[in-house]
Amino acid sequence: MTREKRDSELDLDEGEDPAKADVSGEIRLPPTVESTGQVPERAEIAIVGGGVIGLSIAYHLAKRGLYDVVVLERGYLAEGASGRNGGGVRQQWSTEINIRLMQESVDLCRRFAVELGVNVWFRQGGYLFLARSAKELARLERNCTVQNRFGVDTKMLEPERAREIVPELDLTGIVGAAYNSSDGILFPWPFLWGYARQAASYGVRIFTQTAVTGLDPMSGGGYQVHTPRGTVRARRVINATGAWSPALAKMIGVDVPTYPIRHEICSSEPLKPFLRPMVSELSSGLYCSQSMRGEIVGGVTIPGHASTYAMGSTLEFLTTYARRLVRLMPILGDIKILRQWAGPYDQSPDGNPIVGAAEGHPDFFLACGFVGHGFMMAPIVGKLYADWLTGERPHEIFERYTLGRFAGGGASHEKEDFNIG
Amino acid sequence: MTLADLEHSVTRGYRDIEEVKRYTGFGTGPCQGKECLAQVAIQLAVLTGQRPEEIPPFTSRPPLAPTPIKLLARAPDAHRFDDDKEGERPTRSAAEGGTQVDRGDE
Repeated sequence: MTREKRDSELDLDEGEDPAKADVSGEIRLPPTVESTGQVPERAEIAIVGGGVIGLSIAYHLAKRGLYDVVVLERGYLAEGASGRNGGGVRQQWSTEINIRLMQESVDLCRRFAVELGVNVWFRQGGYLFLARSAKELARLERNCTVQNRFGVDTKMLEPERAREIVPELDLTGIVGAAYNSSDGILFPWPFLWGYARQAASYGVRIFTQTAVTGLDPMSGGGYQVHTPRGTVRARRVINATGAWSPALAKMIGVDVPTYPIRHEICSSEPLKPFLRPMVSELSSGLYCSQSMRGEIVGGVTIPGHASTYAMGSTLEFLTTYARRLVRLMPILGDIKILRQWAGPYDQSPDGNPIVGAAEGHPDFFLACGFVGHGFMMAPIVGKLYADWLTGERPHEIFERYTLGRFAGGGASHEKEDFNIG
Repeated sequence: MTLADLEHSVTRGYRDIEEVKRYTGFGTGPCQGKECLAQVAIQLAVLTGQRPEEIPPFTSRPPLAPTPIKLLARAPDAHRFDDDKEGERPTRSAAEGGTQVDRGDE
């Protein structure tokens, strides 16, 4: 016989024993990150970079029992692209491998709050891509066909149908749309706190304000990882430093062909929820979504920016974004912009990430080149990385997305053409 | 943002003002820190034993005051761009080899 549970019978968070709860009012929490003191003398794995990729790998390694791991972050968690992206999570990609990866990532995002004990404000409102030309429409149709083949329920929509989903759209010039209702958005920052706290609870040590100043190969394999807080002798090193990856790899003479691209984003005042999907138009690279805090968060392509680590914001971005947004959704002209920011995305030559060991350096692993999509790919990539480094067979990304694919110039490899919106 | 939020942040090890901002969300609301930044910085100094002058303000974010999008859209020649080239993405020759660069990543 079943009945509805009363409040007093609801399942409690397993980590909290109410009988042992501290009701003194004093806060005694274990630290998640250490910004002072010495790094340990040795570790099985040193992960350089405390962004979402490094922390996801750290968490999944620890969960699989490999918790002799240190994370070395030069500044603070979320200082790079992990704290500066738009929080989109989509399965609308152009290649089978990326579609499959992102299906698994979305699945992990759905369980994230329960598994990691933190609210990441994940919302599956869908992704609506808009085309303004026959060529763009053909591109959406081509991708839609591939997505459908691998189980993503993307639909091609007439402009009028798109307006049923987003009534604020001005359809002038819009020739068609692609829509997948299970794509979504999340709030990036808590994702990092969740990974970091759980990894730390398993014993991973996470050091902030700890720059790696040198890497010396050891005779029996592995590296001495030098920092101002001492040297870690690590059997394996993972480069998860995002846009700064080439500099770390250079310390052992490895060339990583990625480069920083400044991407700017802005956020509006909070509004009552009205916008379900992430909306993006291919022609301008405009995208915007409404966060769970109610803000309209979005960006746009700014042609011609030099490759730079500069994090300054520009008026050019704000005015370009404003013009594009007002053209697409005129009613949004009356909302106010509260803040804008910028950060470097790690651009790879073919738009796909670089993972696996560097050729000739079997103890030096790469996890970079995510082109602004590290956040949405981190859940699955971190898991696959940890599976592999703890003895599972390597997933095909570790054969296909290698650094070696860029060697020799003539190597043919799949190019991801859907690095927008 | 309460004092307890700040204590929570500091005990977790998030002690830099930029970390505190991200961990607690303070400074990202309507005032963008104009009202709360000094208060938080003072309490952070107390909790971490730092001198106040050792705590710089977090990076300020434009615009200075909340600004309607339509005013920005009308800004005269703050920028120039060709109107949409049908289906074309901007191309750029990177130092590491010419490649197409998409930058509308979300």
